[in-house]
Amino acid sequence: MIELNGITHKFGKEKVLEDVDIFIDRGEIFGLLGPSGSGKTTLVRIMTGLIIPQEGEVKLRNQRMPKRSLMKRYGYMAQENALYYELTAWENLDFFSSFYLRKQKKERMKYVLRITGLLEYRNRSVGSFSGGMRRRLSLAIAMVHDPEILILDEPTTGLDPVVRRSIWKEFYRLKEQGTTILITTHSMEEAEKCGRLAMLRGGKVIAAGSPDAWKREYHTQTLEDVFLHFGGEEA
Amino acid sequence: MNILIVAKRILRQFLRDKRSVALMVVAPGLILSLLWLVLDNDSRTAEVAVVEAPEQIYEQLASGKMEVSILDEKTAQKQLNDAEIDALLKWDENRPLLILEGSDPTDHQMIRTSIQEAMGVDRKEAVSIQYWHGSEDMNFFDYTGPVLIGFFIFFFVFLVGGVSFLRERTQGTLERVLATPIQRYELVGGYLLGFGLFTLLQSVLIVLYSVYVLDMYMVGEMWMVLFITMLLALTALSLGTLLSTYAKNEFQMIQFIPLVIVPQLFFSGLFPIEGLSSWVQVLGKLMPLTYGAEALRGIMLRNENLGDLQWQVFMLLMFFAIFTLLNVKALRRHRNL
Repeated sequence: MIELNGITHKFGKEKVLEDVDIFIDRGEIFGLLGPSGSGKTTLVRIMTGLIIPQEGEVKLRNQRMPKRSLMKRYGYMAQENALYYELTAWENLDFFSSFYLRKQKKERMKYVLRITGLLEYRNRSVGSFSGGMRRRLSLAIAMVHDPEILILDEPTTGLDPVVRRSIWKEFYRLKEQGTTILITTHSMEEAEKCGRLAMLRGGKVIAAGSPDAWKREYHTQTLEDVFLHFGGEEA
Repeated sequence: MNILIVAKRILRQFLRDKRSVALMVVAPGLILSLLWLVLDNDSRTAEVAVVEAPEQIYEQLASGKMEVSILDEKTAQKQLNDAEIDALLKWDENRPLLILEGSDPTDHQMIRTSIQEAMGVDRKEAVSIQYWHGSEDMNFFDYTGPVLIGFFIFFFVFLVGGVSFLRERTQGTLERVLATPIQRYELVGGYLLGFGLFTLLQSVLIVLYSVYVLDMYMVGEMWMVLFITMLLALTALSLGTLLSTYAKNEFQMIQFIPLVIVPQLFFSGLFPIEGLSSWVQVLGKLMPLTYGAEALRGIMLRNENLGDLQWQVFMLLMFFAIFTLLNVKALRRHRNL
């Protein structure tokens, strides 16, 4: 569903990504891990077509990015909240969903607000929202058009456990339905919920596999230890 | 369709941000009112002291439009030195000699004319004067008013439009919007439409206020004035959003004001530039406000119609088109599609 082939990208002279290959199947929840500055966000923006990599190619649904018809197929949640603070939650969601939806817009908007626990706050301005609520609204915006692919940059950072659980329940439901989900995260707890993982460090993929396979391979009890294992090692 | 979505959002944001709305409408009104207070006065009377002049001269002077006092030479010179009087008329070898205080050049002509008129060189009786354009009551406020209306609309639309586009960039919403299937030109078009509707309202209020409340001289058609202010606003908006690409934050956006906005005021006709060397005049021709100001003056002072103003309208449209195209291009930095 998502295919990255030999992605290399530089900002100025600094090499941010080097020869990254990632293949993600339909209906997978794929976790992209790595310390800050490892190139996760750049990679995510390359998948969305916002950045064109200097080398390599990106394919969504077997079609090469960037392509405007493909922009409809994914839902994107950026790391920064990208919301209009003067407007209410409803108006923000209405603005973004208008680019995709016509008929079922209202039902879908209500649905994603319920999933993210924001329905009762829909008429409050985003400026008065807490950090967690803004995060949830960004997620609701990414999901509103029920896309085949979800590209989520640290979707659950700063959320309380109750909301996080409700969101993961929805992720699993979407996965059953055939939605492909890519998330980036620092959190080990989160990484364990993914089907497959890739660890990015210094712009390179230094490990890939399922959480259980990692634990077996590196003889550790938790993914935390795996993370530390890579984190302590010079790349 | 996507254009309408963007425009609707911008209008909603305006409704929520009452302070910016007030800035764009109330601030120009306020400044124009203050200018009106300062400029809309009849020319003041000169204060002239006479030293050792024949009685007849004194009476002649006193009959003119000035305040005349008879002083001894010493007091008169002291008062002239302290700028308490504007001029001193004394007798020097049987000929009148006028000494002007002289530190304010705008007064020179006024005093000379008043004195010449009083001394019997009254040109009004020799030649009868009619006004082809304007009228005898027209003053500096009426002459600069059209330029200032254009300037304030240009300035505030530039600032508010530029800053709001900059904020889209810094808060990440611009990139987020470009991750939807919108076309780049649709985003720019939506901005122009949303702001355009708002600035139309702004122009109407400012023009009506200037003409009906401040009694600015106006002989032309109202809709033509609004048409020109609208063009100016769109040019300012497209220039503001374009330059916001080169600003990293609001403060850097403000730095464009002395570089881009203030020079336009100097060359737009607020100060006469006909006498300047031709290369200086060329500078003015490169500035959109020059054409807007010329057109507004033409309409308000000389009742010109759009046929007379083809060139100005064309140039404004050109500026608008070029800035808009560059805007669409500049968005490539965010999405190359």
